[in-house]
Amino acid sequence: MRRAVHLAPGADLAGFRAAARRLAADDIPPEAVTWTQGDAPALFADREDAAGAAPLPLPRPVAELIAGVVQHRDPERFALLYGLIWRVLRGERHLLEVASDPLVHRLARMRKAVARDLHKMHAFLRFRRAGAAGARERFVAWFEPDHHILAAAAPFFVERFPSFDWAILTPDGSAHWDGSRLDFGPPGRREDAPASDPFEAGWCAYYASTFNPARTNPAAMRAEMPKKYWRNLPEAAAIPLLVRGASARVAEMIEREAQAPLKRVPARALAAMSAQEPASLSDLNALIRRSEPLVPGATQAVPGEGPIGAPIAFVGEQPGDQEDRQGRPFVGPAGQLLSRALAEAGLDRAQAYLTNAVKHFKFEERGKRRIHQKPSAGEVAHYRWWLDRELGFVGPRLVVALGATAVLALTGRSVPITRARGPARFDGKPYQGFITVHPSYLLRLPEAAQTDAYGQFVDDLRRVRALAEEVRG
Amino acid sequence: MDDRLAKKLTILADAAKYDASCASSGGPRRKAPPGGLGSTTGAGICHAYTPDGRCVSLLKILLTNYCLFDCAYCVNRRSSNVRRATFSVEEVITLTVEFYKRNTIEGLFLSSGIIRSPDHTMEQMIRVAKGLRRQHGFRGYIHLKTIPEASPWLIEQAGLFADRLSINLELPTEASLERLAPEKDGAAIQAAMGQMRERIAQAKDERRRFAPAGQSTQVIVGADASTDVSLIRTSASLYHTHALKRIYYSAFSPIPDAAAILPAKPPPLQREHRLYQADWLLRYYEFSADDVAEAAEAGMLALDVDPKLAWALKHRGRFPVDVNRADREMLLRVPGLGVRAVDRIVAARRHTRLGLADLSRLTSGLKRARPFLVAADHAPTRLTDRLDLRARLAEPPRLGEAPRPIEPPRQLALFG
Repeated sequence: MRRAVHLAPGADLAGFRAAARRLAADDIPPEAVTWTQGDAPALFADREDAAGAAPLPLPRPVAELIAGVVQHRDPERFALLYGLIWRVLRGERHLLEVASDPLVHRLARMRKAVARDLHKMHAFLRFRRAGAAGARERFVAWFEPDHHILAAAAPFFVERFPSFDWAILTPDGSAHWDGSRLDFGPPGRREDAPASDPFEAGWCAYYASTFNPARTNPAAMRAEMPKKYWRNLPEAAAIPLLVRGASARVAEMIEREAQAPLKRVPARALAAMSAQEPASLSDLNALIRRSEPLVPGATQAVPGEGPIGAPIAFVGEQPGDQEDRQGRPFVGPAGQLLSRALAEAGLDRAQAYLTNAVKHFKFEERGKRRIHQKPSAGEVAHYRWWLDRELGFVGPRLVVALGATAVLALTGRSVPITRARGPARFDGKPYQGFITVHPSYLLRLPEAAQTDAYGQFVDDLRRVRALAEEVRG
Repeated sequence: MDDRLAKKLTILADAAKYDASCASSGGPRRKAPPGGLGSTTGAGICHAYTPDGRCVSLLKILLTNYCLFDCAYCVNRRSSNVRRATFSVEEVITLTVEFYKRNTIEGLFLSSGIIRSPDHTMEQMIRVAKGLRRQHGFRGYIHLKTIPEASPWLIEQAGLFADRLSINLELPTEASLERLAPEKDGAAIQAAMGQMRERIAQAKDERRRFAPAGQSTQVIVGADASTDVSLIRTSASLYHTHALKRIYYSAFSPIPDAAAILPAKPPPLQREHRLYQADWLLRYYEFSADDVAEAAEAGMLALDVDPKLAWALKHRGRFPVDVNRADREMLLRVPGLGVRAVDRIVAARRHTRLGLADLSRLTSGLKRARPFLVAADHAPTRLTDRLDLRARLAEPPRLGEAPRPIEPPRQLALFG
């Protein structure tokens, strides 16, 4: 028994799917089906009852191929696709892997043609400005695709241009975006799109300027941008002229003898060029302040503090909540604990240089609280150049790393503090090193353990003091 | 768009066009947030093609073509008499956004001549990228051409806003750099590449955004005496040490107002093409730099046959290859078979035995492949050993191009 199936115009995927289910359920072979398409209502009421037929157990690649090929303009596509379904359901489940099969080969080429058309539409469609409604701009494009791809092509433009209104007009239908909804409408006409655009001349000038006449190869251009697209590409109008003028331009370049420079050598600018390095600590700090934080969070940079030439420099992890607000290092709870311990160890905070490995407060906002986040190794590395320069300007004889992040910043290596605690040599550094815990570590300990740990910390600082005196002597 | 801006655009696009890189690929997939602008597809899009056959994907411009450097191969060197112009940061942002809204570009490729100092120039470029991202919610593609002479902290900043960073190697040897680009320093270039590689890898591990599309570089071909094999060896080592995404080979192009040190002549386009093919063999065909060297004569790749065919002609003992049985690696060595054709062959032969008609549907390169393979209904018998095989498979010279003998580059004598 022959069957006739009538589908809606264009890429009627839903209609085809329903019909295929029905045909397969009734065991109708491909050669017994006639496929037609158009606006006339379906002669057979297949569509309605087909909704009840069971979905076809097709492998995903087959389903994807069908979704692509239905967009092709070839009227034979439905018959070919049903032929594929028939074979897949009758034992050739892996048919698509046999790319050498004539049917698979043909369908693959059709799908490729659709994919290429889609890609070219994303590439070659040009919007023109069509005014503005209030603060929202509006753009309109006219495009002539080869296949029924408008519905498949439109989401790309939604993802890319959500913030202005746009319409895409084609001879088969139109797509409209208003900032929240994508609607499809009737075919448009070329005249419905604006005839000009304020940036089009600039774009054409760019296109002409970026062409290199010494490499003229119009065949390569046409392979990727066939002539059929040219009439809707404003820049393409320049092509004939560019190609015609190319050889003369090249000949002129080759024949012209090298000319002596008309301008004098900019000796002063050249001499000044190399003087880009920050010349002082305050230059460096200015530069850090105007730079983008390399960790998320941070309202401002917190540079180091203390006299240049300080014998001892303390390097912590990163500014905390209080430091970020005040723009000064070691002013929060951990900083206060450090001050107390320094005093007990007989060290004058005002005579030491205090800074952090990372110059910005990395935090995550939870409600009203700003929760400290440990900087990652990569983030610490982003700040290393600054830290090295900073210590270079200060010139301490002894640098104390407070905690693991500081050690990582100073040595480039992760070292467990408990094992490395005490005097250390930092490779390639001109100063003596010392490793101890970060004062915030003491604050996080259970109360019972705090007294002992604090005592050890003060002991460490006493050794720091002794070491600093030794190094001086 | 006003005339003054259009004029600047003409000068600064003209000045940027000798950079071969144009890709907008390799990045992550992104879409615009509410109120934002732009997306990336991962694969990149070419929005137009110029009559030189090259794709226009990004707005490729210089921030300025004033330059304190004096690199002989460069149209913008300080001793050149070209017209000069400088964009403001805002102008570059406006052009990018307005062109982007018209769907003419995927984003921005920004490079610059060196003004005042490398650091100052680099900071201006970063301001453009930052302004696009921050003020316009721009999620399109940004490629910044990094200035290797700039301070290392600027690379740390650039990676926050750019998808791809690149540093041009320009010339493959220190000696050539010294001679043709006196202000440049090969060690500084390598150090900056190393720094970028480390940061990009770390950020990827830590799932942070830092130049997610990686780094690339460009080498000029034909401006010095380097052989193809030495170029490919340099490339292999760069892919290995600095994990570069792409290396662009740019045939030295005659430029307006060329320096006397370089004779103006037509660019060696076919040579450039062969280098790209050899580069692909390294990246996708499991060839080593030594394999490429074996395909060459006196360090140079043949111009009349592609490097894979040249290799096969020298290793006829390894052929013919049975398409129904050979492993993937050996199929990849067959001239005319691309990676996708090989994958299709491997998938299809699980279900059927492949004959020549099948192969003709799997690859468009069957004419070249035929003498090197065995199929269900085909064995090349004597063909593989024919002495005239090379001549039969060589590409006819392109229209309007005289056949060129294989010889070391002419500049050899010049630099001797």
